[in-house]
Amino acid sequence: MEKIEARDVNFYYGDFHALKGITMDIPQNKVVAFIGPSGCGKSTFLRLFNRMNDLIPGARLDGKILIDGQDIYAPGTQVDELRKNVGMVFQRPNPFPKSIFENVAYGLKVNGIRDKKFIARRVEESLRGAALWNEVKDKLDASAYALSGGQQQRLCIARAMAVSPSVLLMDEPASALDPISTAKIEELICELRSQVTIVIVTHNMQQASRVSDMTAFFYMGEMVEYDDTRVIFTNPSKEATQNYITGRFG
Amino acid sequence: MKKIADKTVRWVLTASGFVTSVVILLIIGFLFTEGAGLFGEKVIEEGYVLAVNKDNPVRVLDAAQIKAVFDEDMTNWKEAGGPDLPIETFRLEDMDEYFTEEQLGPQYENAGTLITSLVASSPGMVAFVPESMIPDDARLVFIEDCNISPEEVFAGTEWYPTATPAPLFGILPLLAGTLWVSFFAILIALPFGISIAVYMSEVASERVRGFLKPVIELLNGIPSVVYGFFGLIIIVPLLQQVFGLPVGESGLAGSIVLAIMALPTIVTVADDAMRNCPGALREGSLALGATRWQTVARVVIPSSMSGIASGVVLGIGRAIGETMAVLMVTGNAAVVPHSILEPLRTIPATIAAELGEAPAGGAHYQSLFLLGVILFFITFFINLCVEYISSRNRAKNS
Ligand SMILES: Nc1ncnc2c1ncn2[C@@H]1O[C@H](COP(=O)(O)OP(=O)(O)O)[C@@H](O)[C@H]1O
Ligand SMILES: [Mg+2]
Repeated sequence: MEKIEARDVNFYYGDFHALKGITMDIPQNKVVAFIGPSGCGKSTFLRLFNRMNDLIPGARLDGKILIDGQDIYAPGTQVDELRKNVGMVFQRPNPFPKSIFENVAYGLKVNGIRDKKFIARRVEESLRGAALWNEVKDKLDASAYALSGGQQQRLCIARAMAVSPSVLLMDEPASALDPISTAKIEELICELRSQVTIVIVTHNMQQASRVSDMTAFFYMGEMVEYDDTRVIFTNPSKEATQNYITGRFG
Repeated sequence: MKKIADKTVRWVLTASGFVTSVVILLIIGFLFTEGAGLFGEKVIEEGYVLAVNKDNPVRVLDAAQIKAVFDEDMTNWKEAGGPDLPIETFRLEDMDEYFTEEQLGPQYENAGTLITSLVASSPGMVAFVPESMIPDDARLVFIEDCNISPEEVFAGTEWYPTATPAPLFGILPLLAGTLWVSFFAILIALPFGISIAVYMSEVASERVRGFLKPVIELLNGIPSVVYGFFGLIIIVPLLQQVFGLPVGESGLAGSIVLAIMALPTIVTVADDAMRNCPGALREGSLALGATRWQTVARVVIPSSMSGIASGVVLGIGRAIGETMAVLMVTGNAAVVPHSILEPLRTIPATIAAELGEAPAGGAHYQSLFLLGVILFFITFFINLCVEYISSRNRAKNS
């Protein structure tokens, strides 16, 4: 079953044609990795799924993006509802300058949930889900900034998961972290795939091959190849893909 | 050659820095010595004495009591711990009522003896006369003259610096006036300042902002008399009508004018702080389904709170020392205010209004310097707050 469908997507930053005619389907409860050299449009494409590019003045989208069969750019779409359903984790951990608890509770609160007991339960579940509970359970009131970079990123994952999204977008979530923290994040991705559909942008080829079910290779705003991760890394059909994964450019 | 130029520049910079520091320290030192001089002054006007009958056991009166006696608020010696005896006061101006011109003589050469005998014969009398007039052999006693005490200055609720025989230098009314006016100015400026800053940093387009920001900063350059004049002809009558006051000049008028004057600083600093709020935080909030306003209220404002706070403190710190505008609209009544709608008077306004008429070196003059010292401490404290807040801010952002 397809979770996300992109249909002939073209995207422009003013005059700059950043995404060129991309069509792809992302199946439910799978992990899909986007790879490709810097500046090829991976982040741009990813941010279309939760309409994060809406904020950029002069940007324009052609084509359709459907989530659960619904056109998310149709007029009348509730963007905040969409973003609640499509969570996002950014390249650099960006916890709010609030307590650990408040960070995780934030999404619930802005979505109108007042029930304190429910919030407390969700916060614990989310922190457990992000494999962070044991490390922070005694200092939920401490500032999120007191955590290490890796812990902060897991906090951001917990924060995104707290509102029970069905899609999780991750834009190079481990690129600012050390190897041990990276390993933890990867482990987490494998655990979360049962609950959500994950789309992850990564620079790291091994990471893509370790965590993803399918991989898409982007180059200069085009999607060159999209297939099972195993196929992409062992037997790609395009020469550009072959060159990229063997490190001959990019 | 280059080395010499280098050395000269370094030397000049060091010297100018050093000289500036020394001058500033000297100014502060001057302020403090002049201010502290007040406590070396006598309560009773210099060269004068308070003479009483030798049978009167009262020897000590403090400044407030002396004022009460001569204002005839205190009419019996028992209120000052003496016998049950009505108080009669005598000033030089009253001379004609007691003596004829022949008795006094053409040059008033008999005045001293006459007054001496008058006091000697009236048990309840207290006379305020120049010391030089009293003959050496007079059998009178003088009220003991003590130094002006810190207690009556810092805890005194009456500011009558020109009262005779004993001026009163209670600073509480002025201190209260300053604090009230500033407090209400913050109360008014804060919501407006933050709203304008939020509008500028979150709502306004680049073009509107590019126009608005310089205009608001322009407000900084308007001379404060203009604000005072504006307050006097617009705000004062308005307040009088709205609140049905006997006089419109009031603490509130001062607060409003100060708030307007503090706005540019608050808006500029708060706007900068909010624009410096990392985009990643905004995106993080939006990505969780928060609306733009929820993001502003729950992430942007809290995370720029220390910036906003230092803007407010900076704006108010500037306003606290403000003289002219406040002087023009607050009514300048040196009483401890019971409500912000009453006339009151601030420390800077007092200094500006009275320094011209206070004889240099006198107690009044020194008391104004003391007010300066107090103002110095208030603004110093405020600057410390700004330092503290912004250093915490730096620590948080690094
Ligand atoms: N806000 C923007 N305005 C204009 N151009 C942008 C903007 N964001 C990204 N781009 C351009 O779009 C292209 C794709 O960027 P991006 O999606 O961030 O690439 P990637 O994530 O693959 O490194 C780049 O050439 C980049 O310069
Ligand atoms: Mg990117």
